[in-house]
Amino acid sequence: MNLARAGVVLERNALNYRRTWRGSIIVSFVSPILFLAAMGLGLGSLISHGQHRLVAGYPYLDYLAPGLLAATAMQTAALETMYPILAKLMWDKIYESILATPVRVAEVFIGELSWICVRLLIVTTTFFTVMVAFRVVHTPAGILAIPIAVLTGLAFGGAFMAYSSNQRNDSGFAALNRFVVIPLFLLAGTFFPITNLPAVFQAIAWLTPLAHGVALTRAVTLATPMAPPAALGHLAVLVAYAAVGFVIGRRNFERRLTV
Amino acid sequence: MSTAPSPALIHARGLVKRFGDFVAVDGIDFDVAAGEAFGFLGPNGAGKTSTMRMIGSVSPVTAGTLRVFGLDPATDGPRIRARLGVVPQADSLDLEITVRDNLFIYGRFFDLSAAEARRRADELLEFVQLSERAKDEVEPLSGGMKRRLVIARGLVNEPDLLLLDEPTTGLDPQARHLVWDRLYRLKRRGVTLVLTTHYMDEAEQLCDRLVVMDKGKIVAHGSPRELIDRYSTREVLELRFPADGQPQLDGRLEGLADRVEVLPDRVLLYTGDGEAAIAGVHQRGLQPISSLIRRSTLEDVFLRLTGRSLVE
Repeated sequence: MNLARAGVVLERNALNYRRTWRGSIIVSFVSPILFLAAMGLGLGSLISHGQHRLVAGYPYLDYLAPGLLAATAMQTAALETMYPILAKLMWDKIYESILATPVRVAEVFIGELSWICVRLLIVTTTFFTVMVAFRVVHTPAGILAIPIAVLTGLAFGGAFMAYSSNQRNDSGFAALNRFVVIPLFLLAGTFFPITNLPAVFQAIAWLTPLAHGVALTRAVTLATPMAPPAALGHLAVLVAYAAVGFVIGRRNFERRLTV
Repeated sequence: MSTAPSPALIHARGLVKRFGDFVAVDGIDFDVAAGEAFGFLGPNGAGKTSTMRMIGSVSPVTAGTLRVFGLDPATDGPRIRARLGVVPQADSLDLEITVRDNLFIYGRFFDLSAAEARRRADELLEFVQLSERAKDEVEPLSGGMKRRLVIARGLVNEPDLLLLDEPTTGLDPQARHLVWDRLYRLKRRGVTLVLTTHYMDEAEQLCDRLVVMDKGKIVAHGSPRELIDRYSTREVLELRFPADGQPQLDGRLEGLADRVEVLPDRVLLYTGDGEAAIAGVHQRGLQPISSLIRRSTLEDVFLRLTGRSLVE
């Protein structure tokens, strides 16, 4: 394993990003502003927090924002690991060119995953900045929401890369969006407490990384107390997903690219 | 088996590549010496590309022995690839970055420092006459320019061995000649070239030695001249008959040439003396709509060996 070569894979993505970063950053700012304004302030105004106390009596906006932060990390992971990966794998044959050099498949995989980390860091930091502007971060420790959200994204990233590297065309991406990304976005605790779901769906929600990511980002930005074992449990789920995704993703890359 | 003076840069014995039940390369032997231009000639599906990918140490060998620079691709892939230049069949350029960055980042994959990668990128753009397009995107380049850029990319690590998979397929004649010119220059500098092609003129132009592949096997080997001498005659008389006339030729050309090949659109008479053959044709009262006497080419060798044309 030569991490410097994985670093050059990252550098290649940075070269591409240099071309598109302006538009990308603007989207990363505008999108949370729209969501927080529309859902948090607009829709939130219909939600009386006298009767329906969501969490410790905070306004809906404050409740929603950390959930959206974690969900955005998941969506970023999905966006970066579907079309871009399959394009480099199959359509543009970028990996084929890279693998004709001393670079190994594992180094390509690690380089790509590192790039997803960079993207997650950019997107979540931008989102967090918007949250600060909306005054929904209630404690300095809230900044921990950034690494937690990045970890949430990574919990999906490796698994999504594993999925993408098994695809022969892009039709599988619609399925992944429809059956995983969108349902989780809507139901895994972003917009309302998981406890409002029927028991079966609650169980399913807790099997996914997003619910755990949301629980943690929400706890740190709202400064609500969380028992250390519970916090560690949430973190453990995220780390486990990231680790399993890493192992399977790397294996699938190896299989697809070694023929 | 085709032998070359040792030490061989590439050494293959009983080399096999299988994909599931399909046998792409079926036990081939060859050696390539330093400084040679060595060709794999054959139709699509002959196993040329699979062989190239094994030499390039990106595709695992199914069976047999393969050594590149004396190293085993199975265990020393990165060390072998560090000394190889690869020009794949499909251009596979990076469309998301500029022309110059394509070369720059490729140099970085070979562990070059950023400064050195930049220096070589500029030098190679000069070599393939693309300097003025350095800052452009790749997509608007013409087919010939893209091909030159891919060749430049394959040279960024100053390789000892350059693998070219159909280097000029799809290019117009002018672009082909420019590519050939650059390949000659590399050869003169001592770079070993291994190329696949299904163009016999390309093989004749570029290759010191070549093997003819068909259905995963090597069916002949030698220099282009040797192959022509061994498998064909000095001259070939090509006759075209009216569309309905050809079926009625049955046996009427017998004895006029060493060998007669009836193709769907023309008849080939292999002979040492084309003039004598055409005289004979006229004597027998046959009236082709056109006739042409030419030298034998590798295409004739291929037709003789496999019963099929190279480009179908």
